Amino acid sequence: MTLFPQGWTHYLVGGLTIGLGVGVLFALTGLIGGMSSVYSSTWSYVVRSPYFRQPRLVKSRAWRLAYATGLVVGAFAWWTAFGDGMRVAVSIPPWQLALGGVLVGYGARLSRGCTSGHGICGLASLKLPSLLAVLTFMATAFITANLLARIGGS
Amino acid sequence: MLKSALGGGALFGFGLALSTMIQPHVVLSFLRFQDMGLMLVLGGAVVVTFLVYRFVPKLLRRPVLGGAFGMHDSVMDRSTIIGAAIFGIGWGITGVCPGPAIAGLGAGSWELLYAIGGIALGALLQGLTAAREARN
Repeated sequence: MTLFPQGWTHYLVGGLTIGLGVGVLFALTGLIGGMSSVYSSTWSYVVRSPYFRQPRLVKSRAWRLAYATGLVVGAFAWWTAFGDGMRVAVSIPPWQLALGGVLVGYGARLSRGCTSGHGICGLASLKLPSLLAVLTFMATAFITANLLARIGGS
Repeated sequence: MLKSALGGGALFGFGLALSTMIQPHVVLSFLRFQDMGLMLVLGGAVVVTFLVYRFVPKLLRRPVLGGAFGMHDSVMDRSTIIGAAIFGIGWGITGVCPGPAIAGLGAGSWELLYAIGGIALGALLQGLTAAREARN
């Protein structure tokens, strides 16, 4: 059994580049760049309930949208430079993406972080709550993905 | 500030695409112990971010564009863990997390719009129920 059947350099270089992106944001602006908050802060443009009126969301919504737009631009740049000319197709069924997505969005916002907020920014800040969050979501994700594989989901 | 966010985000998105983390089946193959790549991606990103968070505030008194260096907000309560558990279940179903769902659009993975719609709906539900809790 091999740990990295697809090779490992693209994983490492990709990870370092992600860290560089979070680092550039911090060095230039002092901002902490997790990704799940953009899903709440963008709602603050249209939803007027108390949660979405928090200054934390309202004040960060513009740069968070720009940050999210950057994600698309960066992936497009990779695709232009290194893609094989075909779009990257996703084979997971739509209902699975949508239903799982609701849990991803609800859970990440309840936990105040996701793989980038807790996983990258929180661990890099040596925060214990983030470590516990990462261990928790890794555990439930392992269990869920393996159970689904066993009953024949994709 | 917006240009910095756009530029930082672009590096982030380039890294996500290069590391194939925008492809849900690669994430799922990690979660099924078939390919440990995600650990290298996360590890590499954490090490660089750790060094920047640790040493840049010592080298520069304030961020290049002004303002102050922020800190990762850290709260430890039931929501942190319950939310993480729910997030993990969704991540295990889809192989998609909030950043890659958006980044993947840049490589033409329009199917991820279903995931983005779901994540946005989940975030809305969380915000609306959190507001109710706060009022009671």
